[in-house]
Amino acid sequence: MGSGHGTELNLTLKVWRQKNTKATGSFETHQLSGISTDMSFLEMFDVLNEKLISEGKEAIAFDHDCREGICGMCSMYINGRPHGPKQGVTTCQLHMRSFKNGDTIVVEPWRSAAFPVIKDLAVDRSAFDRIIASGGYISVNTGNAQDANNILIPKTDADEAFGAAACIGCGACVAACKNSSAMLFVSAKVSQLALLPQGQVERKERVKKMVAAMDEEGFGNCTNTGACEAECPKGISLENIARMNRELMGATFK
Amino acid sequence: MSKLDSKIPEGAIDQKWTKYRSTVPLVNPANKRSLEVLVVGSGLAGASAAATLAEMGYKVKVFCFQDSPRRAHSIAAQGGVNAAKNYQNDGDSTYRLFYDTIKGGDYRAREANVHRLAEVSSNIIDQCVAQGVPLAREYGGLLSNRSFGGTQVQRTFYAAGQTGQQLLLGAYSALQRQVGSGNVTLCSRHEMLDVVTIDGVTRGIIARNLVTGEMEKHFGHAVLLCTGGYGNVFYLSTNAMGSNVTAAWKAHKKGAFFGNPCYTQIHPTCIPVSGDHQSKLTLMSESLRNDGRIWVPKKKDDNRKPTDIPEEERDYYLERRYPAFGNLVPRDVASRAAKERCDAGYGVGNSKMAVYLDFAFNTARYGRTEATKRNIQNPSHEEIMRLGKEVVKEKYGNLFDMYQQITGENPYEVPMRIYPAVHYTMGGLWVDYNLMTTVKGLYALGEANFSDHGANRLGASALMQGLADGYFVIPYTIGVYLSTEVTRMSAEKDKADSIDKLKTKHPAFDAALKEQTDLINKFLNIKGTKSVESFHKRLGLIMWNKCGMARNKQGLTEAIAEIQALRKEFWSDVRVLGSADEFNPDLEKAGRVADFIELGELMCKDALHREESCGGHFREEHQTEEGEAKRDDVNFAYVAAWEYKGVSDWELNKEELKYENIKIAQRSYK
Repeated sequence: MGSGHGTELNLTLKVWRQKNTKATGSFETHQLSGISTDMSFLEMFDVLNEKLISEGKEAIAFDHDCREGICGMCSMYINGRPHGPKQGVTTCQLHMRSFKNGDTIVVEPWRSAAFPVIKDLAVDRSAFDRIIASGGYISVNTGNAQDANNILIPKTDADEAFGAAACIGCGACVAACKNSSAMLFVSAKVSQLALLPQGQVERKERVKKMVAAMDEEGFGNCTNTGACEAECPKGISLENIARMNRELMGATFK
Repeated sequence: MSKLDSKIPEGAIDQKWTKYRSTVPLVNPANKRSLEVLVVGSGLAGASAAATLAEMGYKVKVFCFQDSPRRAHSIAAQGGVNAAKNYQNDGDSTYRLFYDTIKGGDYRAREANVHRLAEVSSNIIDQCVAQGVPLAREYGGLLSNRSFGGTQVQRTFYAAGQTGQQLLLGAYSALQRQVGSGNVTLCSRHEMLDVVTIDGVTRGIIARNLVTGEMEKHFGHAVLLCTGGYGNVFYLSTNAMGSNVTAAWKAHKKGAFFGNPCYTQIHPTCIPVSGDHQSKLTLMSESLRNDGRIWVPKKKDDNRKPTDIPEEERDYYLERRYPAFGNLVPRDVASRAAKERCDAGYGVGNSKMAVYLDFAFNTARYGRTEATKRNIQNPSHEEIMRLGKEVVKEKYGNLFDMYQQITGENPYEVPMRIYPAVHYTMGGLWVDYNLMTTVKGLYALGEANFSDHGANRLGASALMQGLADGYFVIPYTIGVYLSTEVTRMSAEKDKADSIDKLKTKHPAFDAALKEQTDLINKFLNIKGTKSVESFHKRLGLIMWNKCGMARNKQGLTEAIAEIQALRKEFWSDVRVLGSADEFNPDLEKAGRVADFIELGELMCKDALHREESCGGHFREEHQTEEGEAKRDDVNFAYVAAWEYKGVSDWELNKEELKYENIKIAQRSYK
């Protein structure tokens, strides 16, 4: 079926297995054959898990949901890169045609003290929710809004805000960073709201609160390596970090 | 007497909601603080309801099975959200949105609910913009609109091809604001496994902490199920992998009637199946039908490359059959037309189960406009196409990238191959005008209820309904019931063993907890030979082949027997490994598949009983000579609300649909 240019691969998989947060983990090696190049990376994992279950072994736990690159739930660290070798895609949108027959693929969870491993490849990213709860919003109760066209917003500003708002909160930026910094994630939300007229009232307080919450969660500092931008599946720009630093300066020193 | 009371307010259609919400009982601020509301699901309906109720002062708990509420599947909605703003000055109005939705739903939705939906649609856009949702704008700074199927006006607001994401992140930020201020308790990675009722009244839920496996009891004065649709009963659908019916199904088994389960939306423009490994299907937004033309070759089994097939040898079958709406006919009509062409042997691609969605025509049109704008004299074809591609990229870039990623083909150069796939379920828990199910204190919002889309949902209306229910309907209607709870609480305040003093210590909670713990142990102790996944796939195949785009009596009868056999096999031969007290995705899925199997049987029974075709429900025995759906308004103008009586046993209840404001007619898009 399908487009018909699919061929089949034989692969060696080295996958991180870890029973729970406290357990010590280790790599487990699996051989897979007949993997269609039309499969997504996660469908390859489905095949592996079905094989494990048929052998009476527990399936590998991994996070995934929408499988169309937008929910941000999938989170594998593949051959040393978050979301694998292809730029601009999440693991669920990575297809096996990006690999060669005979490849060995190493799969690990996101590595960061702020993202403890739950089991195997699944990690706890609730730190991101807490950062948003600290100030990543505009305080407008339901029913308080004026007509949507009352405030004009230049298209360029709306587009730039949208570019920042496209962040899917997957955490690849943290996983890519040698310091486990969450600056790209936090700055994307700070930027989106700072660029819009509706976000002006809370602008200064917001950046201060969010940066404080980020520090409290144990994320590292930014040393401008740019790894986060390079690995972000949604192309969130490093400019957001520069903007957040300016916002923070402006909010701290009056 | 019917067991169903829809509680539709008296009065003229355009006055019902205004008058009702101004006269419903209120709950004073002090009492709100002592009322607890449990919200299950954190998509557009759940997040917006939870945030709004918390803003009003209620104590709210939110449950979602994902690791964060921001991941709910509303996030994947692409095209847009409808609102009757009439910003385009093209004749739109509340009435027109109301009319289009009723007609689009093939005259099987409740008038009063749909009119309310149309009324509050404008408020949704205002609210989202105020939250900082970056909706698309024109150069003058005003909001932009696009067209969607089943309408002749431009009323769809959007944010590139990521409208659901942006609206959900808006609702999520409002929710997180309430979490931050302590008004909402967030329970992520939790799955609701049952509703707890005491004397027929909802008092809380049983949930499993998916990380630790711990079974938890949660008390609530009201429970809101905002758990989405059940399209994954077909195994392959555009739903997220985790989307499931469990919460709604457990509620159904506790007394909530299930409305119109057979109404399923098959979306016309999805990326076709590529092989047996396929785990889910991906939608290509309906907004692409604005600029894409759908065609197949005029010749059967034409194996030429699409770009080599000349214009006169292409059959633009939607434009041919439906000149008035063309490529913008509603989804059910477009899906069936694609199936008709493929079944007749005109399909394309290796599987022959696909049609072309071609952007070349409009890319050239955009290119010529750009050339004129830029004062380029006599541009070459290459120049025109280059300029046009820039415009197309700006409008649909992320969708085109996604298509290329999945298929390995470049849609800027060759037409997309598309085929219909399960996308949305119009059926759901039956609710009254207040969105309450047939169980007191238990509500269903968004896709989880049945109420607004009849037998077919129009594009960009799911986001509208989810947010309407959460932001603007439930905050008013929940007070109708909770004000009676205030009275009860006050009357029982000196009672030593009152509901409010016992809360989760009430024996009903322990009984429900034990029942669910036993069920989990049962899964683990079957120790059979077949994986959960394999049962899900087999169920999906039965449903798609016999309860899918076209249904008939024989197929449905067979399907019911096959599903019953599958259920027996599941409970004797499923293999679930690992333990109950850990993170165990396979165990979670076992529970969901068990519920899907039961639901599948009910869907087939509903489809079998409905001896007519309407919207997404197409019975082959009931079609016009041109192959269009043929309704039977004399015998079937009702909502089928099924009451659970036991395994394979349901009783049909009917809610008659009265059309007082719209003349019921044969739907025509010709």
